[in-house]
Amino acid sequence: MRSRVMPKPSWNLEYLMWIFTRISGLTLILLAVLGIGLGLIMGARTQLDLGTLMRWAFFPNSNHVLDSEIPDLYLWANGFWQIIQILAVAFAATHGFNGLRVIVEDYSKPGFWQAFLRFLVFLLWIFSSLVGIYVILGS
Amino acid sequence: MALSRKVGLFEVLKYKGGGPMLAWALHRISGLGIIIFVTLHVLASFLTQQLGSDLGIFINIIYESIYFQLFIVFCAIFHGVNGFRIILLDIWPRLIRYQKESTWLEWIVILPLYILTAYIMIRRFLAG
Repeated sequence: MRSRVMPKPSWNLEYLMWIFTRISGLTLILLAVLGIGLGLIMGARTQLDLGTLMRWAFFPNSNHVLDSEIPDLYLWANGFWQIIQILAVAFAATHGFNGLRVIVEDYSKPGFWQAFLRFLVFLLWIFSSLVGIYVILGS
Repeated sequence: MALSRKVGLFEVLKYKGGGPMLAWALHRISGLGIIIFVTLHVLASFLTQQLGSDLGIFINIIYESIYFQLFIVFCAIFHGVNGFRIILLDIWPRLIRYQKESTWLEWIVILPLYILTAYIMIRRFLAG
């Protein structure tokens, strides 16, 4: 039995986003591992509790450690963590809203509603990334 | 003609796809859950931080309820572990032969993680 000859993948949007989804997913897992590791190093000897560590791993924003008694905040709120947060927001928003776009493509037929939903997903992507970065830089 | 993947909830439950089908459906549902939570959280933190409005605190109360949090923790753990499984199968395509076994393996990772987390969360919730 001969195997089916597949056409060479071309660099279209679907292929690029397929690759991007894998890379960004792996990056987000690594950022969470980084958050857990450095969060333990910075906070395990003071009063860091598990919920705070989990929130910090999900998103390393200094507002997320307010419940724990952190003696000084300079380790938790600085430019390094702001860069990590901006990376996390940009990757997560693009990964997530691309997933929403895939669902829209699966469940809609070409026409007005498909164009409308595509535009809505695009707007939500731009809106949530910009607002997220604004909040990071303001906190 | 692209492959149609338009599958409603009823078809998911009726279709005897087993573990991989369940993982596919839950991956979509958990992804949607995370999008809803993260978008609400971005909105709420913007509203409280920049405008100090009551709407931000109102949204905060919704997603800080224990039921929403238990759902979101499941979404995050499942989406992460299942996504990692998908990435591994995509990097080494020969492993797709063991796709069914890989979904069993992923539940062995997910269930202890989730049950332990949920236990701690519910205990803290009951303690007040």
